[in-house]
Amino acid sequence: MALAEENAMDDGGFRMSEATAGDFFALLKPRVMSLVVFTAFVGLMAAPLSINPFIAVVAILAIALGAGASGALNMWYDADIDAVMSRTASRPVPAGRVRPGEALVFGLILSALSVMTLGVIVNWLSAALLAFTIFFYAVIYTIWLKRSTPQNIVIGGAAGAFPPVIGWAAATGTVSLESVILFLIIFLWTPPHFWALALFKSDDYGRAGVPMMPNVAGEESTRKQIFAYALLLAPVGMLPWLLGYTTAVYGLVATALGIGFIWYSWKVLLMPDGDRLMKPAKALFGFSLLYLFVIFAAYLADSIIEHALAVPGVLQ
Amino acid sequence: MKEDELHTLTETQKKARRSRSIAIGLGLAALVVIFYIATIIKFNPAILDRAM
Repeated sequence: MALAEENAMDDGGFRMSEATAGDFFALLKPRVMSLVVFTAFVGLMAAPLSINPFIAVVAILAIALGAGASGALNMWYDADIDAVMSRTASRPVPAGRVRPGEALVFGLILSALSVMTLGVIVNWLSAALLAFTIFFYAVIYTIWLKRSTPQNIVIGGAAGAFPPVIGWAAATGTVSLESVILFLIIFLWTPPHFWALALFKSDDYGRAGVPMMPNVAGEESTRKQIFAYALLLAPVGMLPWLLGYTTAVYGLVATALGIGFIWYSWKVLLMPDGDRLMKPAKALFGFSLLYLFVIFAAYLADSIIEHALAVPGVLQ
Repeated sequence: MKEDELHTLTETQKKARRSRSIAIGLGLAALVVIFYIATIIKFNPAILDRAM
């Protein structure tokens, strides 16, 4: 019999972990990770310098791992509030499948591994940005802002906006205005996206004591702020075209998406106070996901075609 | 080691441990492959052309 089995003893006697690999994978927040992978990939591919394909794959893997690590650290710290929200109660830590200490160690090891891998194999600027992103999400957002201010998602949204900047830095070794605009698109998209969710999940957040905007400032104020952010997001989404970084095709897509975002936000603004079904908020939440995916896909397609046209003999 | 200090794992615990072990093994193997290929790319593929 293995000694490790004896070492697993805790206060209540022997308790060997029943967490499967799948439970640890769930700690990485795979759905959030897929968005991180996609936006980082766009940043990397849109960069003007090419990078060895294998190194590019390693860069994306490391960024995904770093994002997953911050998700695990978030689940470690937030287990108490996750347990009382219907959306998060079945996560591995509140459900008791993974112990908090295991989630913490898992997150810390993956953080170190992802940053070191990116630094050693790709470059240290992208590694430093990844390290900052993990710190920002785990410490600034999760530990500090989330429970203390309704602006939590506004400031904390920066963490989710960094992946395209990291992807760009992985390819070029620099941070440029193009990548900063990609950052701004996600940064301005985050508050209306999460506040739309918070509107129809406000009971959940209220029960958990998380000061989301609808619980603190009220639904009317939240609806107004969602609309204000939509008005900001639409022109920023068009900036890459307005500044001449992309073709008019991207400009057309970004304009249509921006108008769509404003339209859905307008419907939320007009939502009556007593509306419990919150259909406009749910529709905006769904559209916001589509918005981010399509605008980044359009940017990616535009960049790929532009790069191909720049190579003599390709598409000419 | 006395027999009453030992603890027998349940089937669920054994299955979970096996799943974790496989995942760790695959992860480590992937790391070895990634760093091996990356090293060759970083230095130059010509480092493989050496007289035996």
